[in-house]
Amino acid sequence: MSGHSTIHYKNPVVRWIDTRLPIISTMQVNAMDFPTPKNLNYFWTFGGILTLFLGIQIVTGLILAMHYTAHVSLAFNSVEHIMRDVNYGWLLRYMHANGASFFFIAVYIHIFRGLYYGSYKQPRELLWMIGVVILLLMMATAFMGYVLPWGQMSFWGATVITNLFSAIPLVGTAIVEWLWGGFAVGNPTLNRFYSLHYLLPFVLAAVVFLHIWALHVPGNNNPSGVEVKSDKDTIPFHPYYTVKDFFAIIVFLFFYAAFVFYLPNTLGHTDNYIPANPLVTPAHIVPEWYFLPFYAILRAVPDKLGGVIAMFAAIAVLFVLPWLDTSKVKSATFRPLYRQFFWILVITCIGLGYLGAKPPEGGYVIASRILTIYYFAHFLVILPLLGIFERTKPLPASISESVLAKHGGGGATAAAGAASAPENRG
Amino acid sequence: MTMRSAKTKAMILTRIAPVALTAAIAAGALAVPAQAAEETHALKSVHFSFDGPFGTFDRGQLQRGYKVYVEVCSSCHSMDLLAFRNLSEEGGPDFTPEQVRVLAADFPREVIDGPDDVGDMFERPGKPSDNFPPPFPNQAAARASNNGALPPDFSVLAKARHAGPEYIYSLLTGYEDAPAHMEMRDGSYYNPYFPGGQISMAPPLSDELVEYTDDSPMTTEQYAKDISAFLMWAAEPKMEERKRIGFQVMVFLVVLGGLLYFTKQKLWRDVEH
Repeated sequence: MSGHSTIHYKNPVVRWIDTRLPIISTMQVNAMDFPTPKNLNYFWTFGGILTLFLGIQIVTGLILAMHYTAHVSLAFNSVEHIMRDVNYGWLLRYMHANGASFFFIAVYIHIFRGLYYGSYKQPRELLWMIGVVILLLMMATAFMGYVLPWGQMSFWGATVITNLFSAIPLVGTAIVEWLWGGFAVGNPTLNRFYSLHYLLPFVLAAVVFLHIWALHVPGNNNPSGVEVKSDKDTIPFHPYYTVKDFFAIIVFLFFYAAFVFYLPNTLGHTDNYIPANPLVTPAHIVPEWYFLPFYAILRAVPDKLGGVIAMFAAIAVLFVLPWLDTSKVKSATFRPLYRQFFWILVITCIGLGYLGAKPPEGGYVIASRILTIYYFAHFLVILPLLGIFERTKPLPASISESVLAKHGGGGATAAAGAASAPENRG
Repeated sequence: MTMRSAKTKAMILTRIAPVALTAAIAAGALAVPAQAAEETHALKSVHFSFDGPFGTFDRGQLQRGYKVYVEVCSSCHSMDLLAFRNLSEEGGPDFTPEQVRVLAADFPREVIDGPDDVGDMFERPGKPSDNFPPPFPNQAAARASNNGALPPDFSVLAKARHAGPEYIYSLLTGYEDAPAHMEMRDGSYYNPYFPGGQISMAPPLSDELVEYTDDSPMTTEQYAKDISAFLMWAAEPKMEERKRIGFQVMVFLVVLGGLLYFTKQKLWRDVEH
């Protein structure tokens, strides 16, 4: 990704290749020697976990696609054919279905880590915005994937979500019929969703490449939020972070495997084992869990168009977050007020997720409205004001100093740092 | 008014703000009423041999369950995705291939095959490779024979209902006299476990209905339990393989994770981080 390398390889074959296509030196610079802050905690392992899950989803999906049939009268039974007659088909399908859920668990942790440590701030604004694009692509891909088994929730989820576009004034109905390829969700819809579900992961992989590229220009943020000052602050990515990431991946896979092998249908909805029936509407149409907070925001607004706008705005606001947060200090470690608001935001999002699974009536709607207003207030009101009024704690002079402070060593400045960031200890 | 006092005021405000907001949000959450009393009956708790991470199917139970299905349920409920050959596959009822040939041929209905040399469809006895022949040629015929109600297909039923096997057991043993205030539709029966409480299926099981040859009690409860287990197997025929491989994977991950942890500790020992 960087320009021509100055690394000189002794092996003639390696040198021959690298002088013509510097792929070996590029990998060495970016994946092996890459200088990485030495104080990254385990919340920094989710980038690697997410890359792995994109890989898992693509590989399992590729094989599932060899056995799946995208037709309204065959899709449901073809999935059951995979479960019953394809060698390890049950494993591939459960890995793929639960893989989507764990992909979202990882991405939400990854996003909230970015929020806590201010990873979206200068000079990483574009890196963050590319990340929001990745989130949108993931959501589109997951939504269309959920339609493919053609169960009741597939069909009715697709109906509800595509119908959202009918709220657009004047052209809404035309757009929805264009999306459907007909006058209701039907075979053309299933076919195009399958086609796009196959396409988008590769688009996703390309955008992930850009995300990593944009990361490797400024380098990693870190828990102190202080930029790298000298070589003393960093260690090479390999072997330090390859091994640490590998360990974190195995721990994450342990929880993933627990669901794949022992609770494979817990995160899904039982109604999706009933073949799609346009004549029977399920009692409650509920999206997959990872969409619930957005679903709650959609239903919190009494007006259909307003609800759709609010739902998309909930993600759109993340695009401009780098300019809404006026504080110069990155890490919440040194922002005592922001740290509290951060946790309130986490609770708000979990609360919205809970409310998204509840019927839209009575107190649930009132609570959804309060939390929706708070969600937007956090980004549009609290963050801009906080940067002005918040008194932040003194920042360590460098990453090395913050590390020394954490271990209780060093001189007077380090001791002051320890006192100002006690939660960093241990 | 000095700069300092203004600053202090702003600081106090900002310090109070999070607390006040938390309180407001909590008040909002409290506004949520206790969940509207939905008409859901707590399911009967049943212990099944396949419960838990190491649970397996009871072969005898699955064989009895198949008998209950054939003799009672199959006259109305199809099971389109199951083939006779599945009955002898690993992790299932464990019939021998010879037994399966007999079971396929003895099924209450013959299989429709064809067309033959002159273009006619014909009926013939089932073979292990056939799927269970359905009781009705189409949904309209099924409704016409069942007072307008459609008996659901059994293939994945146990996964299509919340807590499938417990639900099926509770439903089959849960018929009661309708409460006095309840107005019943014609031809429907009161069952508190069925959504809405009115089900079009007459109580299908009764004591001594199906002849068991293995000394198991011939009671409604036992029949219900056996058919529930059989339907769970039908919906999830690879469950035993899944749990077995799952255990191997978990052990592998723990060992590899442990090795990696110590590798990482050793590697990072000399790095202040």
